[in-house]
Amino acid sequence: MKNKLFILILIGLFFSINSSYSKEDHLDELKKISKNIRCLICQGQSIDDSNSDFAINIKYVILKKLNEGSSEDEIYDFLKSKYGDWIVYKPEFKLYNLLLWLIPYFIFFIGGILIYQKIFKKNEKTY
Amino acid sequence: MLPGHIGFISLVFSLFISLILFFFIFQDYKSESQAPSLKVYSLSFLQLLTIIISFFCLVLSFVISDFSLAAVYQNSHTTKPLLYKISGTWGNHEGSLLLWLLVLSIFSFCFLVQSKYTPKKYRLLTVLFQNIITIGFLLFVIKTSNPFLNLFPVPNEGLGLNPILQDPALAIHPPILYLGYVGTSIIFSSALSAMIHRFVNPSWADSIKIWILTPWIFLTLGIMLGSIWAYYELGWGGFWFWDPVENVSLMPWFSLTALVHSIIILKKRDTFHSWVLILAIITFTLSMNGTFLVRSGILNSVHTFANDPERGFYILTFLFLLILLSLIIFFIYQPKDNSVKSFFLFSRETAISVNNWFMMFFLSAVLIGTIYPLILEITKDIKISVGAPFFNIIIIPFLVPFLFFMIFGPKLKWIKTNENLMSKKLIFNFFLSLVFSSIIYFFWGKTTLLNSIIFLLGLFLLLTLLFEFLETITKKNKVNIPRIISHFGFGLLIVSISLNTIFSVEMDINLKIGESYKFKKYELKFNSISGKVEKNFNSLLGSFSLIDPKGDISYLKPEIRIYNQPSITTSEANIKTNFFYDRFITMSNIQNSEFFNIRFQQKPMMIWIWISALLISLGGILSVFRQKD
Amino acid sequence: MFLDKKINFKRLIIFISTFILLFLLAIIFFKSLKTENVYIPNQLIGKEIPNFASKSLFEDQYLESEKIFINKKYYLINIWASWCGPCRDEHPYLVKLSQNDKLKIVGINFKDKKNNALSFLNKQGNPYKQIFVDYDGSLSINLGAYGIPETLLINNKKIVLLKFIGPLNSQKYQKIIDAINNEK
Repeated sequence: MKNKLFILILIGLFFSINSSYSKEDHLDELKKISKNIRCLICQGQSIDDSNSDFAINIKYVILKKLNEGSSEDEIYDFLKSKYGDWIVYKPEFKLYNLLLWLIPYFIFFIGGILIYQKIFKKNEKTY
Repeated sequence: MLPGHIGFISLVFSLFISLILFFFIFQDYKSESQAPSLKVYSLSFLQLLTIIISFFCLVLSFVISDFSLAAVYQNSHTTKPLLYKISGTWGNHEGSLLLWLLVLSIFSFCFLVQSKYTPKKYRLLTVLFQNIITIGFLLFVIKTSNPFLNLFPVPNEGLGLNPILQDPALAIHPPILYLGYVGTSIIFSSALSAMIHRFVNPSWADSIKIWILTPWIFLTLGIMLGSIWAYYELGWGGFWFWDPVENVSLMPWFSLTALVHSIIILKKRDTFHSWVLILAIITFTLSMNGTFLVRSGILNSVHTFANDPERGFYILTFLFLLILLSLIIFFIYQPKDNSVKSFFLFSRETAISVNNWFMMFFLSAVLIGTIYPLILEITKDIKISVGAPFFNIIIIPFLVPFLFFMIFGPKLKWIKTNENLMSKKLIFNFFLSLVFSSIIYFFWGKTTLLNSIIFLLGLFLLLTLLFEFLETITKKNKVNIPRIISHFGFGLLIVSISLNTIFSVEMDINLKIGESYKFKKYELKFNSISGKVEKNFNSLLGSFSLIDPKGDISYLKPEIRIYNQPSITTSEANIKTNFFYDRFITMSNIQNSEFFNIRFQQKPMMIWIWISALLISLGGILSVFRQKD
Repeated sequence: MFLDKKINFKRLIIFISTFILLFLLAIIFFKSLKTENVYIPNQLIGKEIPNFASKSLFEDQYLESEKIFINKKYYLINIWASWCGPCRDEHPYLVKLSQNDKLKIVGINFKDKKNNALSFLNKQGNPYKQIFVDYDGSLSINLGAYGIPETLLINNKKIVLLKFIGPLNSQKYQKIIDAINNEK
């Protein structure tokens, strides 16, 4: 047990540096944003995956806006104002999406409780 | 014409036989014999036989291009190659349901024959529940999805020549996947029957194990095949899109994997009765739910299947009734776990419980992500998308503790582990993995801390398993080989996907003929285009040279195909695979421009991703053979 | 005895709550079967269109939307191109609509070549009062376009009344006529 702790601390210390992608390269950002935008005329593809005219068009506009200095969030807001929330794949942290983000963690929590009960609720018959 | 008629009649016969089977099961139930009567056996066999005949007739109709059947007319074509004529049988809604029925009846009969060493009444009741499901589907097919519907006048040629669907992986994907989905029906029926007969005990666990492993193996392979098809055919370099139809196949896989593990606890420690039963019901529910969702038209996906609400309505009602039945049975007959055992912290039971814990978490994440847009749309009329970013954010961080438990869990012994798990070998493995992942993190790839940790743990898992395997050989330690292979497969999957994510090189540019593009010490040159007229499409073949940092040149030839029947244009990727990476390139034309949109990707370790899926199922296959001994 | 009753009560609660959950889910699925899955974009309907500007197709003029949409009329914004087949199909409806007094048609020529566009208009007729040139597609995205052809009906306050994706046909034509006749 002590050994495990020691190793965990080692990991933590070792990897205390974070990395981030270069912001000069707008193409990387374009890719990141494109993966998050739905191609509206394709069934279930992102505009990164799609080669349709619509996808190519939107990618061009996004790149243009990135070069003009828009931030990622500004671009998402722009596209949502034109096409609706559903063009963005990552659901926002709005009130009506609260359940969406919370339920899996809630289930994990319940599972944890059940396991805790199984292990730590002492019973005479442990055999 | 004739095969169509025979096929339909056979199907109706099957329905009658199934109804008669009910009667004989009841009769046999009351009798004192120790084994099911011959009548039950032979009627079961007849049920299977009539469905086989029906299915065979449909296949035959496709092969001979009998366009008097509407299903053949809509989905086939005389010029289709034979393999795709055959696979066209299940490439449509009606035919795929007949395939469902076929697999269902095969499993039912096999269960009857295989379950020799279990109590008669339990066996009969299981067959009865299977029969209910079979009748439900027979009615569904005959009433709403009849593959033998006739057309008059008989057309000369069929409509079905969609080239995207003519692919070997796609041809075999439904049968394999259905063997997975439909196989879970046995677990369901058996669980209900065992509950009623108070048979939920280690003996039952032992007998049902093979019926859990078999669908699990096929489901794993089925998902893998779907992924392979998406990768090669859709050609955008992805193999998993968190598409609703993909999610719908992944969900039963999570609960089935949980079952594979927890059935061991039931067998070895005679506990977790209720949990195993709940998992059995959940797994089957998810499988049926999958069948429903992809046919109902309420999901937005690349896989468009028949969008007929009436059919969705029927399946939904049927499914609801089945679940309700199982809930009632569970409520009434829930086994009382008299020996309420608690586990020790450092025991194998705890480790397996942790596996189930995480599986349920992953399941709930995928489930809620898939159906939440539906709920929101109906209740609040708001339309949102839930895609890859959601699933990645929720699931990926949890892989870290999951892998950690996978490394140490199997080392724990049943009931209690007294020894110290930390061995020199383990620490050595860890530092080896640490070194490798540090190299990648600091020097080679730009990636996140999270990816590196996952890679680290994946590597650690692989090395640990490797050492365990070597120990089996040298020290003749008794060790579970199937587990090692399956877990190794999973570790390999994690490592391959990590490397793939970190080291993929991707490029999306517009080029004219003659132009070159330089990126990251690679150079891509668009040499030329040549045109060709093939039998059912016109082809534009691009010729590209790729010069890698070492100076080696490889040639890539992506293609644009313009089909006339139906008139669609596809981009055929040119994929070059070797053990280290896949290179591929796609080309598509841009409206009103002499530029072509070129996408090039170099994706390392792709083939290892498929190999790891195979390894995972191999472990299961070996385990099945061990059962038989 | 008391313990038995307690267990039964707990089980009953679990059973009932599971049943209710399932029932709610079933209702949601049933309802979603009935609703149509074709997403009709209504993001811009009822909202004011943004201002936009670009070169004109004809003269070397620079057109600004604020200066165009000033009359007390309805305006039809139509996105088209000479290389687009369905645009050719819908063109007669546009020509017919251009003869309507209450309506003025403004075109947006999407990723086209000037000569091709002019030749198209020569052959098929020119229903447009003004034509903006959308050289790279960004103007159309600004109007929330999905593709071409696409048509927006706006009133004199620049509010979007109707949006049509795809070529006009007789039903859509009729909808436009109804809208400009009925709206106050």
